[in-house]
Amino acid sequence: MAPARDVAVVSVAQTAQRRAAAGLSETEMIQPAIRAALDRIDASISDIGFTCSGSSDYLAGQAFSFVMTLDAVGAWPPISESHVEMDGAWALYEAWVKIQAGHADTALVFGYSKASPGDLPRVLTRQLDPYYYGPLWPDSVALAGLQARAMLDAGAITEEEMAAIAFRNRTAAADNPNAQLRGSASVEELLATPYVADPLRRHDCAPITDGGVAVILAADDHARRWSDRPAWIRGIDHRVDSHNLGARDLTRAPSIALAAEKAGATGTFDVAEVHAPFTHQERIVVDELGLAEGTTLNPSGGALAANPVMGAGLLRIAEVADRISAGTAGRGVAHATSGQLLQQNLVCVLEGE
Amino acid sequence: MSPAESDRTLSTMPTDVWSQPSVDVPDLGGVEQVQRITVPASMRYDYSPGLTQTRFLRALEEKRILGERTPGHEDVYVSHRGVDPVTGLPTTEEVEVGPHATITAFCVVHIGFGVNAPPTPFVSALFLPDGAAVSLYGTVGGISHEDVRIGMRVEPVWVDDADLTTSMENIRYWRPIDEPDVPAEQLKGHM
Amino acid sequence: MGANRVAVIGTGQTKYTAVRGDVSMPGLIREAAYRAVEDAGLTMADIDAVVIGKAPDFFEGMMMPETYLAEALGCVGKPLFRVHTAGSVGGSTAIVAASHVEAGVHERVLTIGWQQQSVSEAMWALSFPIPFQQQLVAGAGGYFAPFIREYMRRSNAPDDTGILVALKDRLNALKNPYAHLHEPEITYDSIKESFMLWEPIRYSETCPSSDGAFAMVLGSEAAAAQAQADTGIPPAWVLGTSMRSEPATAHGRDQITPQAGKDCAADVYRQAGISDPLEDVDMVEMYVPFSWYEPMWLENLGFAPEGEGWRLTEDGTTQMDGRLPVNCSGGVLSTNPIGASGMIRFGEAAMQVRGTAGDHQIDGVRKAVGHAYGGAAQFFAMWVVGSDRP
Repeated sequence: MAPARDVAVVSVAQTAQRRAAAGLSETEMIQPAIRAALDRIDASISDIGFTCSGSSDYLAGQAFSFVMTLDAVGAWPPISESHVEMDGAWALYEAWVKIQAGHADTALVFGYSKASPGDLPRVLTRQLDPYYYGPLWPDSVALAGLQARAMLDAGAITEEEMAAIAFRNRTAAADNPNAQLRGSASVEELLATPYVADPLRRHDCAPITDGGVAVILAADDHARRWSDRPAWIRGIDHRVDSHNLGARDLTRAPSIALAAEKAGATGTFDVAEVHAPFTHQERIVVDELGLAEGTTLNPSGGALAANPVMGAGLLRIAEVADRISAGTAGRGVAHATSGQLLQQNLVCVLEGE
Repeated sequence: MSPAESDRTLSTMPTDVWSQPSVDVPDLGGVEQVQRITVPASMRYDYSPGLTQTRFLRALEEKRILGERTPGHEDVYVSHRGVDPVTGLPTTEEVEVGPHATITAFCVVHIGFGVNAPPTPFVSALFLPDGAAVSLYGTVGGISHEDVRIGMRVEPVWVDDADLTTSMENIRYWRPIDEPDVPAEQLKGHM
Repeated sequence: MGANRVAVIGTGQTKYTAVRGDVSMPGLIREAAYRAVEDAGLTMADIDAVVIGKAPDFFEGMMMPETYLAEALGCVGKPLFRVHTAGSVGGSTAIVAASHVEAGVHERVLTIGWQQQSVSEAMWALSFPIPFQQQLVAGAGGYFAPFIREYMRRSNAPDDTGILVALKDRLNALKNPYAHLHEPEITYDSIKESFMLWEPIRYSETCPSSDGAFAMVLGSEAAAAQAQADTGIPPAWVLGTSMRSEPATAHGRDQITPQAGKDCAADVYRQAGISDPLEDVDMVEMYVPFSWYEPMWLENLGFAPEGEGWRLTEDGTTQMDGRLPVNCSGGVLSTNPIGASGMIRFGEAAMQVRGTAGDHQIDGVRKAVGHAYGGAAQFFAMWVVGSDRP
């Protein structure tokens, strides 16, 4: 159904995305992004009706890690606030629902993680079925290797095309001052490098990133007051596929196509930011979204240039919104993913006036 | 139909589950049932304390209690996370607080947790260092637990100089000093 | 109240125990989820989305376990959403689920709060030592006991208020077949003589560690009408929802009666048209993990003036047959799967309104309050449910 209220992204700010924000606590890391998102529209937390964040205890290596980050918001007097143990894109979804429900007119959303304290591919194994997969400790790169192999065997992609995806994303990131990996060796040079998890080479994998992003949402006139060119959310939806890898066709992610359909992500887009932590996954996402030729894909460099887990999905929405607000794009689509091998997906359609 | 009139089975539970039900697994033909598997998981995390905690812990190594505040703001926060939790603004100005402090709240602990817990009973308390806006956790020593009071004035007892590290454990405990109690009403909002 | 009406149209829960060794994680959740769906006269296919909540993932040794549970929840191809707001999470999760219906996004949402604390070492999962951070060598009770002591000092409450709360809740639990602790032998004296853990908190005045799940189906106005026609059970209308958070430590914070709790209560009463809580509310399920939090929350939530909450406990107001029954289910003091505890409060309030609470049913409940809190008594979630459509 059509959303009752027009809700827009009116401000975004991100931290520098880097391998390790070693000197900083999570609170110190995300605070400048939260503050900058508010400052950009000359707002304070008292102007915000609802706050929602996304982060993970397993990444922080600490129970209730989000409690400390609340300090960075300045939650006094007390605020209406919630937290998801998901990517910040889902925190944005909760805030959007809250606004649609009439409980708030404005929202602050942020997603972040410091992946650097732990061994990320190993930490992510703790998300697997604890009875059958978990005890085997298949790390996230090895699992992605299985998926890439299935794609290659199905003729859905080639290793050259995978390298070209890495090259395009990281070359685009050269213009993104916040990106972690900026610029790329040539496709030929990439293909000459050794495998890390055959058929994946190093360039096929997203970097491990510390960082985050903050976004401010506003409804109707609130959006117009804060932004000359709000990035209106025309549709947003999320869906989940099976966790059972053996039961899935790993070359597909039907939940993306379903979420896109429900979000009204049809027609043409000027820009698309998709959350694909591995090169071959970009092909799956693009196919499921049915993106037309000519769509500018991942101008920020995407997750292959910077992948702050729990923030990388929200970052896609922020990057699209930023371009719409800047007037360099009229209509865009953002995609976020969660779980193993594109299991859970969110699609958000954004548009200028 | 009013709620009181509704006449329906309220539970789909079997009748014998007041205590833990027995596990009902079909006959597996001589194969032993699996009721529980243990999956040892070991992961290494290299935590970083952050800028503010680093400064705080470095000062503790020198037997100093270092707080921070946002320039132009009154409130000094200790053992904090680099932002003023009231405003969300960075605390970039260092301010030494204490070492004398006031007990703002306490309880008598008869069961300890962790390897560093003192023998029971002991007093776990919140200590507001002079000049700070909020309290630190610690234990009270040098006095019977029955004599501890809210508002009592105390000072830290440090470990031997040779044992000083970058840790709150540098303060072995807090002991009373000969000063009049602070009225409890003045301690509200500083726990 | 949101843009569209929303009601609780089904509830379901597991038997709570220290160790639910007879079920896997998916089995535990399905037990509650399918009971809720069945209670609403539905099948899983009728559910549009699942909103699930639990406290720290270290409890089960699984990161974001809901993605693994997608199939067990029958939600492949549907939206699956995970909330985590510390101890208040069960309440927050129900509120997030309600928002989906209020927003007109979905017609029927299944919401679940759960925890299987026996899977890992609960005390470890809650507070394994992190270098650099202040270590509380006294456990969770050691965190809250100083604030209870301060409450006693400020209010001049009699020493035994906590004992009376524990006795009431544990006796109430005997009327709730799902409750974890069933202690028919419990007495005032047995509580008083139980081991003093964190003075003033005795062993029998603390909550247990439980496995379990609670689920609800939240439906739109049309879904509520359909469910009532199919099952004969009336819906519990959601009359107001609210969440409030404040920092763990901050100058001006009062841990004894947190501002976030007061603001949360004021917000939810305003939505539900409650001007005099003690007069207008028929029963309340509040989050009382240590007995003394009953009088403390009675004040914080506006049922009694500051310093007077203990009088409602002492004079029997909060008993099952009192003017304001509190925690007829036995409360957190009798059952505490942390991630579910808030949802049990919200769900028990709805069961009272729907008349499905069984032996612990209060007659004629028209308005009931569900309350949850978490963290350093800094995260609050509340709702008011009622029998009359708003």
